Amino acid sequence: MMKAGSDGDPAIRVAGLRVVRGKRTVIDGLTLDIPAGQVVGLLGPSGCGKTTLMRCVVGVQKVAAGTVEVFGLAAGTAPLRHRIGYLTQDPSVYSDLTIVENLRYFASVVGVPRSGLDAEIARVLELVDLGDHADSTVANLSGGQTSRVSLGAALVGTPELLVLDEPTVGLDPVLRRDLWAIFRRLAEAGATLLISSHVMDEAVRCDRLLLMRAGTILADDTLDGVLAATGAPDVEQAFLTLVDRASGRVSAGDEGAPSRGAQSGGVPSGGAHARHLAASPGATSSEEDQ
Amino acid sequence: MSPTLALATAARVLRQLRHDHRTMALLIVAPCVLMGLLAWIYQNTPVFDRIGAPLLGMFPFLVMFLVTSIATLRERQSGTLERLLAMPLGKADLLAGYALAFGLVATVQAIIVGSFAIFVLGLDVAGQAWLLLVVAVVDCLLGTALGLFLSAFAATEFQAVQFLPAFVLPQFLLCGLLVPRESLPDVLRYASDVLPLSYAVDAMRTITVDADGTAEVLGDVGVVLAFVVALIALGAATLRRRTP
Repeated sequence: MMKAGSDGDPAIRVAGLRVVRGKRTVIDGLTLDIPAGQVVGLLGPSGCGKTTLMRCVVGVQKVAAGTVEVFGLAAGTAPLRHRIGYLTQDPSVYSDLTIVENLRYFASVVGVPRSGLDAEIARVLELVDLGDHADSTVANLSGGQTSRVSLGAALVGTPELLVLDEPTVGLDPVLRRDLWAIFRRLAEAGATLLISSHVMDEAVRCDRLLLMRAGTILADDTLDGVLAATGAPDVEQAFLTLVDRASGRVSAGDEGAPSRGAQSGGVPSGGAHARHLAASPGATSSEEDQ
Repeated sequence: MSPTLALATAARVLRQLRHDHRTMALLIVAPCVLMGLLAWIYQNTPVFDRIGAPLLGMFPFLVMFLVTSIATLRERQSGTLERLLAMPLGKADLLAGYALAFGLVATVQAIIVGSFAIFVLGLDVAGQAWLLLVVAVVDCLLGTALGLFLSAFAATEFQAVQFLPAFVLPQFLLCGLLVPRESLPDVLRYASDVLPLSYAVDAMRTITVDADGTAEVLGDVGVVLAFVVALIALGAATLRRRTP
């Protein structure tokens, strides 16, 4: 069902990618490989280029330079469109249709045969836990339910690569846990998942992390690898350390200090359950202070 | 182009309309009321017989232009267009789906409004009444095609609605309904020669006055259909999978 190339071939290969949106260069010279069959977290503050990178992978972003390949094919080419499920950041479903009508249409578009439509819709409804609302019009659903309809629309047809732009934002913790369990199961079945988030504590759910800031990748490693390389106690602190290192504004004495000071509450924003980097005072002040 | 995907898209658009009862009612009732009003204003004069049929073609054109512009813009703003363009849906499938769905709605509208005009309001038609239906549906497709094409240039709903006075009213003024096209100043007459609505109105006019004008009507219909095809091709060209 899901075959993501032979072992070792990356699912996604980005080389020298440059993207200009408006007058701003959002991504400038990005190169990275994303392995197949894993849950890869793309973490970074809002506005850092996560969505732009995902749009490049899906093939709807105009690219100024560089190449993006998915499963060895140029991103956005016709044969790939059957193999990729894409969840946009804002729910993108028809608010004037019911959940089932939405799923039916998107399933038809990805080529689910007519005879299999009902079974496929039932499968997806159960995955996103919306069976009780199947015939509700989307406009009458809550925000979290609408997000799940949108996610369901990305899951129809069992794509080999799922590109999910902030799928768990704003959802209640129980549901977030359930969704991550689904993502895990999909990866175990062979799918590759690229999942963005600006909530750093979701890092623990991923096989691999891409820490992104201002259009560049600060780290491309496992969670343990990132923590070991920075000596930080958690991803948020690791992120700050990497930002400081990248800007060259950190002295040898400061580096790694948070890892030792953290346990005693030395990290300014420590302790919050879900920390949003964009809103974190630490992210900006650490830059200006040093 | 894939017929399956075009049909699936048409079915989806029709389902959206079905959920919107008020729009469906307005699509049918508003033209009937306007026709009735017109017949009433011009009672005991030949004016209604002269302009009734051309207006019958104008409603689907205007209404479908607006509905299509807004629907396409909504598709763009809700992100569903981006999702669809990342999926295996051809641009032609999407455009054909819309044209099919609205064409069907226009057929129903034309049958009801046309019957109302002929049987209730007593509109005199010298030619074949079924031709009125054909022209009305082709006019609807023209409105849909123009809306699909122009909506690519509208960034907001405000702009989309402003395209009506900008691109539709000039055609209305020059189509021969207010002043016969032969009597227009030269420059304006040439302008009206290259505007599709002129041919739509000519066709409707011929049906009402000429019992043997079928060939002429079909010629005008052919011109309008050529515009439809050209506009849909332009619409497909301006609809980009990759956006900045």
